[in-house]
Amino acid sequence: MGIDRRPWPDAPIEFHEVDLRKRAAEEVFRKTRPQAVVHMATVTSVAVPGEERHRINLGGTRAVFDHSRAYGVEHCIFVGRHTFYGAGPDSPLFHTEDEPPMELSRFPELADLVAADLYAATALWRTPQMTTSVLRVCYTLGPSGDGTLARFLRGKRVPMSLGFDPLFQFMHEDDVVAALMATLDKRPRGVFNVAGPQPLPLSTVVRQAGRIPVHLPEIVIAGLLGRFGLPKLPTGALSHVKYPVVADGRAFREATGFMHAYDEIATIRAFREVFPVG
Amino acid sequence: MLVRDAVDRLEIPFDALGVDRYGASKPHLRIALGILGALYRHYFSVETRGIEHVPARGRAMLVGNHSGGIAIDAAMVVVACMLEMNPPRLAQGMAERFISRLPFLSEWAVRGGQLPGLPEHAERLLEDERLLMVFPEGARGTAKLFHERYSLVDFGSGFMRLALKTKAPIVPFAVLGGGEAFPTVANAYKVGRALGLPYLPIVAYGVPLPLPAKIEIEFAPPMRFAGTGNEDDGIVFDHVREVKETIARMLAGAERHRRGENGGAG
Repeated sequence: MGIDRRPWPDAPIEFHEVDLRKRAAEEVFRKTRPQAVVHMATVTSVAVPGEERHRINLGGTRAVFDHSRAYGVEHCIFVGRHTFYGAGPDSPLFHTEDEPPMELSRFPELADLVAADLYAATALWRTPQMTTSVLRVCYTLGPSGDGTLARFLRGKRVPMSLGFDPLFQFMHEDDVVAALMATLDKRPRGVFNVAGPQPLPLSTVVRQAGRIPVHLPEIVIAGLLGRFGLPKLPTGALSHVKYPVVADGRAFREATGFMHAYDEIATIRAFREVFPVG
Repeated sequence: MLVRDAVDRLEIPFDALGVDRYGASKPHLRIALGILGALYRHYFSVETRGIEHVPARGRAMLVGNHSGGIAIDAAMVVVACMLEMNPPRLAQGMAERFISRLPFLSEWAVRGGQLPGLPEHAERLLEDERLLMVFPEGARGTAKLFHERYSLVDFGSGFMRLALKTKAPIVPFAVLGGGEAFPTVANAYKVGRALGLPYLPIVAYGVPLPLPAKIEIEFAPPMRFAGTGNEDDGIVFDHVREVKETIARMLAGAERHRRGENGGAG
Protein backbone atom coordinates (compact mmCIF):
# COMPACT_ATOMS: atom_id res chain seq x y z
CA MET A 1 0.00 0.00 0.00
CA GLY A 2 1.06 3.59 -0.40
CA ILE A 3 0.80 6.99 1.22
CA ASP A 4 1.04 10.23 -0.72
CA ARG A 5 -0.53 13.62 -0.34
CA ARG A 6 -0.89 13.78 -4.12
CA PRO A 7 -3.89 11.92 -5.57
CA TRP A 8 -3.33 8.64 -7.42
CA PRO A 9 -6.50 7.93 -9.41
CA ASP A 10 -7.17 4.24 -10.04
CA ALA A 11 -4.22 3.21 -7.90
CA PRO A 12 -3.69 -0.54 -8.27
CA ILE A 13 -2.79 -0.84 -4.59
CA GLU A 14 -4.35 0.22 -1.30
CA PHE A 15 -3.67 3.95 -1.34
CA HIS A 16 -4.07 6.62 1.31
CA GLU A 17 -4.12 10.21 0.15
CA VAL A 18 -2.71 11.75 3.28
CA ASP A 19 0.18 14.00 4.24
CA LEU A 20 2.96 12.11 5.99
CA ARG A 21 3.33 14.85 8.56
CA LYS A 22 -0.36 14.80 9.56
CA ARG A 23 -2.10 12.58 12.09
CA ALA A 24 -3.93 10.71 9.33
CA ALA A 25 -0.63 9.20 8.22
CA GLU A 26 0.12 7.98 11.72
CA GLU A 27 -3.34 6.44 11.73
CA VAL A 28 -2.40 4.40 8.66
CA PHE A 29 0.66 3.07 10.49
CA ARG A 30 -1.44 2.35 13.61
CA LYS A 31 -4.14 0.47 11.77
CA THR A 32 -2.16 -1.43 9.17
CA ARG A 33 1.05 -2.14 11.15
CA PRO A 34 3.31 -2.44 8.07
CA GLN A 35 6.21 -4.87 8.23
CA ALA A 36 8.39 -2.77 5.97
CA VAL A 37 8.37 0.86 4.87
CA VAL A 38 10.01 2.35 1.77
CA HIS A 39 10.38 6.09 2.27
CA MET A 40 10.64 7.86 -1.07
CA ALA A 41 8.81 11.08 -0.17
CA THR A 42 11.70 13.46 -0.56
CA VAL A 43 11.80 16.41 -2.91
CA THR A 44 14.84 17.01 -5.06
CA SER A 45 13.48 19.80 -7.20
CA VAL A 46 15.03 23.10 -6.21
CA ALA A 47 12.01 24.76 -7.81
CA VAL A 48 10.11 23.91 -4.61
CA PRO A 49 10.59 26.75 -2.10
CA GLY A 50 13.29 26.08 0.49
CA GLU A 51 11.03 26.10 3.52
CA GLU A 52 8.62 23.65 1.94
CA ARG A 53 11.49 21.37 0.90
CA HIS A 54 12.82 21.37 4.44
CA ARG A 55 9.38 20.52 5.81
CA ILE A 56 8.96 17.61 3.42
CA ASN A 57 12.50 16.28 3.41
CA LEU A 58 13.27 16.60 7.10
CA GLY A 59 9.84 16.72 8.74
CA GLY A 60 8.57 13.90 6.55
CA THR A 61 11.60 11.71 7.16
CA ARG A 62 11.32 12.24 10.88
CA ALA A 63 7.63 11.29 10.80
CA VAL A 64 8.37 8.09 8.88
CA PHE A 65 11.01 6.94 11.33
CA ASP A 66 8.97 8.01 14.38
CA HIS A 67 5.92 6.07 13.19
CA SER A 68 8.02 3.11 12.12
CA ARG A 69 9.56 2.87 15.57
CA ALA A 70 6.25 3.41 17.35
CA TYR A 71 4.32 0.81 15.36
CA GLY A 72 6.85 -1.99 15.17
CA VAL A 73 8.05 -1.72 11.58
CA GLU A 74 10.75 -4.36 11.05
CA HIS A 75 12.51 -2.80 8.09
CA CYS A 76 12.68 0.83 6.99
CA ILE A 77 14.27 1.86 3.70
CA PHE A 78 15.21 5.48 3.06
CA VAL A 79 15.62 6.25 -0.63
CA GLY A 80 18.19 9.04 -0.94
CA ARG A 81 20.24 10.37 -3.82
CA HIS A 82 23.82 9.86 -4.93
CA THR A 83 24.11 13.64 -5.23
CA PHE A 84 24.72 13.42 -1.47
CA TYR A 85 28.44 13.35 -2.31
CA GLY A 86 28.36 16.58 -4.30
CA ALA A 87 29.98 17.45 -7.61
CA GLY A 88 33.33 19.15 -7.47
CA PRO A 89 36.69 19.21 -9.22
CA ASP A 90 38.38 17.47 -6.30
CA SER A 91 35.84 14.73 -5.72
CA PRO A 92 36.79 11.21 -6.77
CA LEU A 93 34.93 8.97 -9.17
CA PHE A 94 33.12 6.04 -7.55
CA HIS A 95 32.31 7.49 -4.14
CA THR A 96 32.10 4.95 -1.37
CA GLU A 97 29.56 5.10 1.44
CA ASP A 98 32.10 6.22 4.04
CA GLU A 99 32.72 9.54 2.29
CA PRO A 100 31.27 12.74 3.76
CA PRO A 101 28.93 15.02 1.81
CA MET A 102 31.11 17.57 0.03
CA GLU A 103 30.48 20.71 -1.91
CA LEU A 104 27.53 21.81 0.19
CA SER A 105 29.14 25.21 0.28
CA ARG A 106 28.69 25.46 -3.49
CA PHE A 107 25.19 24.04 -3.55
CA PRO A 108 23.60 24.74 -0.15
CA GLU A 109 20.14 24.06 -1.57
CA LEU A 110 21.00 20.35 -1.31
CA ALA A 111 21.52 20.62 2.45
CA ASP A 112 18.05 19.37 3.42
CA LEU A 113 18.41 16.21 1.33
CA VAL A 114 21.83 15.55 2.80
CA ALA A 115 20.47 16.17 6.29
CA ALA A 116 17.54 13.80 5.66
CA ASP A 117 20.02 11.10 4.54
CA LEU A 118 22.19 11.58 7.61
CA TYR A 119 19.13 11.70 9.89
CA ALA A 120 17.78 8.46 8.41
CA ALA A 121 21.12 6.80 9.10
CA THR A 122 20.87 7.70 12.80
CA ALA A 123 18.05 5.14 13.03
CA LEU A 124 20.77 2.50 12.72
CA TRP A 125 21.79 3.22 16.33
CA ARG A 126 18.66 4.97 17.65
CA THR A 127 16.36 2.12 16.66
CA PRO A 128 18.54 -1.00 16.58
CA GLN A 129 15.51 -3.31 16.78
CA MET A 130 14.48 -2.08 13.33
CA THR A 131 16.56 -2.84 10.23
CA THR A 132 17.38 0.41 8.45
CA SER A 133 18.66 0.58 4.89
CA VAL A 134 19.73 4.00 3.63
CA LEU A 135 20.04 3.92 -0.14
CA ARG A 136 21.82 6.55 -2.22
CA VAL A 137 20.40 5.95 -5.66
CA CYS A 138 21.95 7.39 -8.80
CA TYR A 139 19.88 9.24 -11.40
CA THR A 140 17.02 7.27 -12.90
CA LEU A 141 15.89 7.28 -16.50
CA GLY A 142 13.13 5.47 -18.30
CA PRO A 143 9.70 5.57 -19.87
CA SER A 144 8.10 7.58 -17.06
CA GLY A 145 10.24 10.60 -17.86
CA ASP A 146 10.38 11.43 -14.16
CA GLY A 147 13.49 12.43 -12.31
CA THR A 148 16.18 15.08 -12.42
CA LEU A 149 18.05 13.68 -15.43
CA ALA A 150 14.88 12.93 -17.44
CA ARG A 151 13.64 16.48 -16.91
CA PHE A 152 17.03 17.83 -17.91
CA LEU A 153 16.83 15.84 -21.16
CA ARG A 154 13.23 16.75 -22.04
CA GLY A 155 13.93 19.55 -24.52
CA LYS A 156 15.38 19.24 -28.01
CA ARG A 157 18.50 21.13 -27.02
CA VAL A 158 20.31 20.45 -23.76
CA PRO A 159 22.62 23.09 -22.29
CA MET A 160 26.12 22.01 -21.33
CA SER A 161 28.94 23.94 -19.73
CA LEU A 162 31.46 24.74 -22.46
CA GLY A 163 34.67 22.74 -22.02
CA PHE A 164 33.20 20.34 -19.46
CA ASP A 165 31.59 16.97 -20.09
CA PRO A 166 31.15 15.15 -16.77
CA LEU A 167 30.33 11.48 -16.40
CA PHE A 168 26.67 10.95 -15.57
CA GLN A 169 25.56 7.84 -13.72
CA PHE A 170 22.02 6.62 -14.17
CA MET A 171 19.94 3.46 -14.11
CA HIS A 172 16.66 2.31 -15.61
CA GLU A 173 13.67 2.98 -13.40
CA ASP A 174 12.72 -0.72 -13.52
CA ASP A 175 16.18 -1.49 -12.15
CA VAL A 176 15.52 0.91 -9.28
CA VAL A 177 12.37 -1.07 -8.50
CA ALA A 178 14.39 -4.30 -8.68
CA ALA A 179 16.97 -2.78 -6.31
CA LEU A 180 14.20 -1.86 -3.85
CA MET A 181 12.77 -5.37 -4.08
CA ALA A 182 16.24 -6.84 -3.45
CA THR A 183 16.56 -4.54 -0.41
CA LEU A 184 13.20 -5.70 0.95
CA ASP A 185 14.21 -9.29 0.34
CA LYS A 186 17.73 -9.25 1.79
CA ARG A 187 17.23 -6.51 4.42
CA PRO A 188 20.78 -5.16 4.39
CA ARG A 189 21.48 -2.93 7.40
CA GLY A 190 23.48 0.21 6.72
CA VAL A 191 24.15 2.82 4.07
CA PHE A 192 24.45 1.72 0.44
CA ASN A 193 25.02 3.33 -2.92
CA VAL A 194 22.71 1.94 -5.57
CA ALA A 195 24.14 2.08 -9.08
CA GLY A 196 23.51 0.30 -12.33
CA PRO A 197 25.57 0.29 -15.51
CA GLN A 198 28.74 2.28 -16.10
CA PRO A 199 28.47 6.07 -16.33
CA LEU A 200 28.65 7.97 -19.62
CA PRO A 201 29.78 11.48 -20.53
CA LEU A 202 26.84 13.87 -20.46
CA SER A 203 27.28 14.77 -24.15
CA THR A 204 27.00 11.07 -25.04
CA VAL A 205 23.83 10.72 -22.97
CA VAL A 206 22.35 13.77 -24.69
CA ARG A 207 23.19 12.51 -28.19
CA GLN A 208 22.02 8.97 -27.47
CA ALA A 209 18.75 10.46 -26.26
CA GLY A 210 18.40 12.12 -29.68
CA ARG A 211 18.96 15.60 -28.28
CA ILE A 212 21.48 18.24 -29.27
CA PRO A 213 24.06 19.32 -26.71
CA VAL A 214 24.46 23.09 -26.72
CA HIS A 215 27.81 24.05 -25.28
CA LEU A 216 27.61 27.44 -23.60
CA PRO A 217 30.03 29.31 -21.36
CA GLU A 218 29.08 28.88 -17.71
CA ILE A 219 28.36 32.59 -17.33
CA VAL A 220 25.86 32.42 -20.21
CA ILE A 221 24.07 29.39 -18.75
CA ALA A 222 23.84 31.13 -15.38
CA GLY A 223 22.24 34.10 -17.11
CA LEU A 224 19.79 31.95 -19.05
CA LEU A 225 18.52 29.89 -16.13
CA GLY A 226 14.83 30.46 -15.64
CA ARG A 227 14.41 31.84 -19.19
CA PHE A 228 13.73 30.36 -22.62
CA GLY A 229 12.28 27.20 -21.13
CA LEU A 230 15.34 26.43 -19.01
CA PRO A 231 14.62 25.51 -15.40
CA LYS A 232 15.26 28.11 -12.74
CA LEU A 233 18.15 26.63 -10.79
CA PRO A 234 20.58 28.03 -8.25
CA THR A 235 24.01 28.67 -9.77
CA GLY A 236 25.43 25.93 -7.50
CA ALA A 237 23.53 23.41 -9.61
CA LEU A 238 25.89 24.23 -12.48
CA SER A 239 28.62 22.25 -10.71
CA HIS A 240 26.53 19.17 -11.55
CA VAL A 241 26.92 19.81 -15.28
CA LYS A 242 30.64 20.49 -14.89
CA TYR A 243 31.84 17.76 -12.55
CA PRO A 244 30.80 14.14 -12.10
CA VAL A 245 28.96 12.49 -9.23
CA VAL A 246 29.60 8.78 -9.58
CA ALA A 247 28.95 6.32 -6.77
CA ASP A 248 30.38 2.85 -6.20
CA GLY A 249 27.53 0.35 -5.95
CA ARG A 250 29.73 -2.62 -5.03
CA ALA A 251 28.68 -2.87 -1.36
CA PHE A 252 25.01 -2.96 -2.31
CA ARG A 253 25.59 -5.62 -4.95
CA GLU A 254 27.48 -7.74 -2.45
CA ALA A 255 24.81 -7.30 0.24
CA THR A 256 21.80 -8.02 -1.96
CA GLY A 257 23.01 -9.78 -5.09
CA PHE A 258 21.39 -7.01 -7.15
CA MET A 259 22.41 -6.78 -10.77
CA HIS A 260 20.97 -4.28 -13.21
CA ALA A 261 19.02 -5.64 -16.18
CA TYR A 262 19.37 -2.61 -18.47
CA ASP A 263 22.74 -1.38 -19.64
CA GLU A 264 23.40 2.32 -20.18
CA ILE A 265 22.42 2.24 -23.85
CA ALA A 266 19.15 0.33 -23.32
CA THR A 267 18.28 2.71 -20.48
CA ILE A 268 18.62 5.79 -22.67
CA ARG A 269 16.74 4.04 -25.47
CA ALA A 270 13.82 3.33 -23.12
CA PHE A 271 13.58 7.05 -22.36
CA ARG A 272 14.01 8.10 -25.98
CA GLU A 273 11.29 5.78 -27.28
CA VAL A 274 8.70 7.38 -25.03
CA PHE A 275 10.08 10.90 -25.32
CA PRO A 276 11.28 11.30 -28.88
CA VAL A 277 12.36 14.73 -29.97
CA GLY A 278 9.41 16.39 -31.64
CA MET B 1 51.72 0.00 -34.70
CA LEU B 2 49.09 2.15 -36.37
CA VAL B 3 47.18 4.53 -34.15
CA ARG B 4 43.78 3.08 -35.09
CA ASP B 5 44.98 -0.47 -34.43
CA ALA B 6 46.51 0.54 -31.12
CA VAL B 7 43.24 1.95 -29.78
CA ASP B 8 41.20 -0.98 -31.08
CA ARG B 9 43.57 -3.50 -29.54
CA LEU B 10 43.50 -1.99 -26.05
CA GLU B 11 42.45 -4.67 -23.59
CA ILE B 12 40.19 -2.35 -21.64
CA PRO B 13 36.46 -3.05 -21.23
CA PHE B 14 34.93 -0.32 -23.38
CA ASP B 15 31.16 -0.35 -23.82
CA ALA B 16 29.43 -0.42 -27.21
CA LEU B 17 29.82 3.37 -27.43
CA GLY B 18 33.57 3.10 -26.89
CA VAL B 19 33.56 4.52 -23.34
CA ASP B 20 35.13 2.79 -20.35
CA ARG B 21 33.87 3.07 -16.79
CA TYR B 22 36.37 5.84 -15.95
CA GLY B 23 35.36 7.96 -18.92
CA ALA B 24 38.17 7.09 -21.35
CA SER B 25 36.76 7.18 -24.85
CA LYS B 26 37.97 5.42 -27.99
CA PRO B 27 37.09 8.28 -30.37
CA HIS B 28 38.97 10.77 -28.19
CA LEU B 29 41.91 8.40 -27.79
CA ARG B 30 42.14 8.01 -31.58
CA ILE B 31 42.29 11.77 -32.11
CA ALA B 32 44.72 12.37 -29.24
CA LEU B 33 46.95 9.48 -30.23
CA GLY B 34 46.91 10.62 -33.86
CA ILE B 35 48.31 14.01 -32.86
CA LEU B 36 50.63 12.85 -30.09
CA GLY B 37 51.81 9.87 -32.16
CA ALA B 38 52.92 12.24 -34.91
CA LEU B 39 54.78 14.36 -32.35
CA TYR B 40 56.31 11.19 -30.87
CA ARG B 41 57.58 9.89 -34.20
CA HIS B 42 58.38 12.97 -36.20
CA TYR B 43 58.72 16.04 -33.95
CA PHE B 44 60.42 14.70 -30.83
CA SER B 45 61.83 11.59 -32.61
CA VAL B 46 61.32 9.70 -29.35
CA GLU B 47 63.67 6.82 -28.67
CA THR B 48 62.18 4.29 -26.24
CA ARG B 49 64.27 1.61 -24.58
CA GLY B 50 63.24 -1.23 -22.26
CA ILE B 51 59.52 -1.23 -23.14
CA GLU B 52 59.63 -5.02 -22.61
CA HIS B 53 59.87 -4.31 -18.88
CA VAL B 54 56.31 -2.97 -18.81
CA PRO B 55 54.00 -5.91 -17.97
CA ALA B 56 51.69 -6.82 -20.85
CA ARG B 57 48.77 -7.32 -18.47
CA GLY B 58 47.84 -6.84 -14.85
CA ARG B 59 48.39 -4.05 -12.37
CA ALA B 60 51.64 -2.13 -12.52
CA MET B 61 52.90 1.32 -11.66
CA LEU B 62 55.13 3.31 -13.99
CA VAL B 63 57.19 5.69 -11.84
CA GLY B 64 59.39 8.29 -13.44
CA ASN B 65 60.92 11.75 -13.48
CA HIS B 66 59.45 14.92 -14.86
CA SER B 67 61.26 16.38 -17.83
CA GLY B 68 60.14 19.72 -19.21
CA GLY B 69 57.88 22.50 -18.00
CA ILE B 70 54.72 21.05 -19.49
CA ALA B 71 53.40 17.49 -19.61
CA ILE B 72 55.28 16.39 -22.76
CA ASP B 73 56.94 13.67 -20.69
CA ALA B 74 53.65 12.08 -19.59
CA ALA B 75 52.17 12.32 -23.08
CA MET B 76 55.19 10.63 -24.67
CA VAL B 77 55.18 7.80 -22.09
CA VAL B 78 51.49 7.20 -22.83
CA VAL B 79 52.24 7.11 -26.57
CA ALA B 80 55.20 4.77 -26.04
CA CYS B 81 52.97 2.28 -24.21
CA MET B 82 50.35 2.54 -26.96
CA LEU B 83 52.61 2.31 -30.00
CA GLU B 84 55.59 0.28 -28.81
CA MET B 85 53.80 -2.39 -26.74
CA ASN B 86 52.12 -5.43 -28.17
CA PRO B 87 49.32 -5.57 -27.13
CA PRO B 88 49.18 -1.82 -26.48
CA ARG B 89 48.41 -0.57 -22.98
CA LEU B 90 46.87 2.68 -21.81
CA ALA B 91 49.12 4.26 -19.18
CA GLN B 92 46.77 6.18 -16.91
CA GLY B 93 48.36 9.16 -15.22
CA MET B 94 47.37 11.00 -12.13
CA ALA B 95 46.86 14.49 -13.55
CA GLU B 96 47.59 17.57 -11.48
CA ARG B 97 44.41 18.53 -9.68
CA PHE B 98 44.25 22.03 -11.17
CA ILE B 99 43.56 20.41 -14.54
CA SER B 100 40.09 19.27 -13.46
CA ARG B 101 39.11 22.93 -13.06
CA LEU B 102 40.19 23.90 -16.56
CA PRO B 103 37.67 23.70 -19.39
CA PHE B 104 38.56 21.48 -22.38
CA LEU B 105 41.78 20.26 -20.78
CA SER B 106 39.87 18.48 -18.00
CA GLU B 107 37.51 16.89 -20.51
CA TRP B 108 40.30 15.66 -22.80
CA ALA B 109 42.39 14.42 -19.90
CA VAL B 110 39.58 12.17 -18.66
CA ARG B 111 38.63 11.00 -22.17
CA GLY B 112 42.27 10.06 -22.61
CA GLY B 113 42.20 7.99 -19.42
CA GLN B 114 44.11 10.55 -17.32
CA LEU B 115 42.24 11.05 -14.04
CA PRO B 116 42.68 13.75 -11.40
CA GLY B 117 45.53 12.82 -9.08
CA LEU B 118 43.62 11.46 -6.11
CA PRO B 119 44.74 8.46 -4.03
CA GLU B 120 41.28 6.93 -4.52
CA HIS B 121 41.71 6.96 -8.29
CA ALA B 122 45.19 5.47 -8.16
CA GLU B 123 44.13 2.61 -5.90
CA ARG B 124 41.00 1.88 -7.90
CA LEU B 125 42.88 1.73 -11.19
CA LEU B 126 45.44 -0.69 -9.76
CA GLU B 127 42.71 -2.87 -8.26
CA ASP B 128 41.20 -2.88 -11.74
CA GLU B 129 44.51 -4.29 -13.10
CA ARG B 130 45.32 -1.09 -14.99
CA LEU B 131 48.67 0.49 -15.79
CA LEU B 132 49.16 3.52 -13.55
CA MET B 133 51.65 6.29 -14.37
CA VAL B 134 53.04 8.32 -11.49
CA PHE B 135 55.46 11.23 -11.26
CA PRO B 136 56.43 11.38 -7.58
CA GLU B 137 58.15 14.75 -8.04
CA GLY B 138 54.72 16.32 -8.57
CA ALA B 139 54.38 19.89 -9.83
CA ARG B 140 57.82 20.70 -8.37
CA GLY B 141 59.22 18.36 -11.00
CA THR B 142 57.73 20.19 -13.94
CA ALA B 143 58.91 23.48 -12.41
CA LYS B 144 62.56 22.49 -12.92
CA LEU B 145 64.50 25.11 -14.86
CA PHE B 146 66.64 24.38 -17.92
CA HIS B 147 69.88 24.08 -15.94
CA GLU B 148 68.18 21.63 -13.54
CA ARG B 149 66.84 19.41 -16.32
CA TYR B 150 68.83 16.30 -15.43
CA SER B 151 68.18 16.57 -11.69
CA LEU B 152 65.49 15.02 -9.51
CA VAL B 153 63.61 16.88 -6.78
CA ASP B 154 62.24 15.11 -3.68
CA PHE B 155 59.93 12.18 -4.25
CA GLY B 156 56.68 11.83 -2.34
CA SER B 157 56.09 8.51 -0.60
CA GLY B 158 52.39 8.00 -1.40
CA PHE B 159 53.13 5.96 -4.52
CA MET B 160 55.22 3.50 -2.52
CA ARG B 161 52.58 2.98 0.16
CA LEU B 162 50.07 2.36 -2.60
CA ALA B 163 52.39 -0.10 -4.37
CA LEU B 164 52.85 -1.97 -1.09
CA LYS B 165 49.14 -1.99 -0.32
CA THR B 166 48.07 -3.16 -3.78
CA LYS B 167 51.08 -5.46 -4.35
CA ALA B 168 51.74 -3.65 -7.61
CA PRO B 169 55.16 -3.91 -9.27
CA ILE B 170 56.92 -0.60 -9.90
CA VAL B 171 58.47 -0.07 -13.33
CA PRO B 172 60.89 2.88 -13.01
CA PHE B 173 61.38 5.02 -16.09
CA ALA B 174 63.52 7.99 -17.01
CA VAL B 175 62.58 10.69 -19.50
CA LEU B 176 65.32 12.79 -21.02
CA GLY B 177 65.01 15.68 -23.43
CA GLY B 178 61.86 17.35 -22.14
CA GLY B 179 64.07 20.06 -20.64
CA GLU B 180 65.55 20.79 -24.07
CA ALA B 181 62.14 20.63 -25.75
CA PHE B 182 60.69 23.09 -23.26
CA PRO B 183 63.63 25.02 -21.78
CA THR B 184 62.06 26.86 -18.87
CA VAL B 185 64.13 29.86 -17.82
CA ALA B 186 61.76 31.03 -15.09
CA ASN B 187 58.38 30.30 -13.57
CA ALA B 188 55.81 33.05 -13.03
CA TYR B 189 53.97 31.88 -9.93
CA LYS B 190 51.66 34.86 -9.38
CA VAL B 191 50.54 35.01 -13.01
CA GLY B 192 50.06 31.25 -13.00
CA ARG B 193 47.86 31.31 -9.92
CA ALA B 194 45.78 34.07 -11.47
CA LEU B 195 45.17 31.73 -14.42
CA GLY B 196 44.31 28.76 -12.19
CA LEU B 197 47.73 27.12 -12.72
CA PRO B 198 50.39 26.38 -10.08
CA TYR B 199 52.82 28.52 -12.13
CA LEU B 200 53.37 29.70 -15.68
CA PRO B 201 56.61 28.39 -17.23
CA ILE B 202 58.49 30.99 -19.28
CA VAL B 203 60.80 30.10 -22.14
CA ALA B 204 63.53 32.36 -23.52
CA TYR B 205 61.96 32.45 -26.98
CA GLY B 206 58.67 33.74 -25.58
CA VAL B 207 56.13 31.41 -27.21
CA PRO B 208 55.21 28.60 -24.78
CA LEU B 209 55.47 25.83 -27.38
CA PRO B 210 57.96 22.94 -27.28
CA LEU B 211 60.99 22.80 -29.56
CA PRO B 212 61.68 19.70 -31.70
CA ALA B 213 64.31 18.28 -29.34
CA LYS B 214 64.96 14.54 -29.24
CA ILE B 215 63.30 12.81 -26.28
CA GLU B 216 64.48 9.53 -24.79
CA ILE B 217 62.48 7.22 -22.54
CA GLU B 218 64.04 4.30 -20.74
CA PHE B 219 62.18 1.71 -18.68
CA ALA B 220 63.95 -0.40 -16.04
CA PRO B 221 62.99 -3.92 -14.93
CA PRO B 222 60.06 -4.06 -12.48
CA MET B 223 60.84 -3.63 -8.78
CA ARG B 224 58.73 -5.47 -6.22
CA PHE B 225 58.50 -4.53 -2.58
CA ALA B 226 56.88 -6.67 0.09
CA GLY B 227 54.64 -5.04 2.69
CA THR B 228 51.19 -3.73 3.49
CA GLY B 229 51.54 0.01 3.01
CA ASN B 230 51.28 0.60 6.78
CA GLU B 231 55.02 0.44 7.41
CA ASP B 232 56.94 3.14 9.28
CA ASP B 233 58.07 6.13 7.24
CA GLY B 234 61.71 5.01 7.52
CA ILE B 235 61.04 1.73 5.72
CA VAL B 236 58.89 3.38 3.06
CA PHE B 237 61.43 6.13 2.42
CA ASP B 238 64.17 3.49 2.01
CA HIS B 239 62.10 1.87 -0.74
CA VAL B 240 61.41 5.28 -2.31
CA ARG B 241 65.14 6.02 -2.28
CA GLU B 242 65.79 2.74 -4.08
CA VAL B 243 63.38 3.68 -6.86
CA LYS B 244 64.72 7.22 -7.06
CA GLU B 245 68.31 5.94 -7.30
CA THR B 246 67.33 3.60 -10.14
CA ILE B 247 65.81 6.52 -12.05
CA ALA B 248 68.80 8.75 -11.24
CA ARG B 249 71.17 6.06 -12.61
CA MET B 250 69.19 5.81 -15.84
CA LEU B 251 69.17 9.62 -16.15
CA ALA B 252 72.91 9.86 -15.55
CA GLY B 253 73.66 7.13 -18.09
CA ALA B 254 71.40 8.66 -20.71
CA GLU B 255 72.80 12.12 -20.01
CA ARG B 256 76.41 10.91 -20.53
CA HIS B 257 75.33 9.25 -23.75
CA ARG B 258 73.49 12.38 -24.84
CA ARG B 259 76.38 14.76 -24.08
CA GLY B 260 78.75 12.48 -26.00
CA GLU B 261 76.34 12.35 -28.93
CA ASN B 262 75.95 16.13 -28.96
CA GLY B 263 79.68 16.76 -28.63
CA GLY B 264 79.22 18.06 -25.11
CA ALA B 265 76.60 20.62 -26.04
CA GLY B 266 73.93 18.73 -24.00
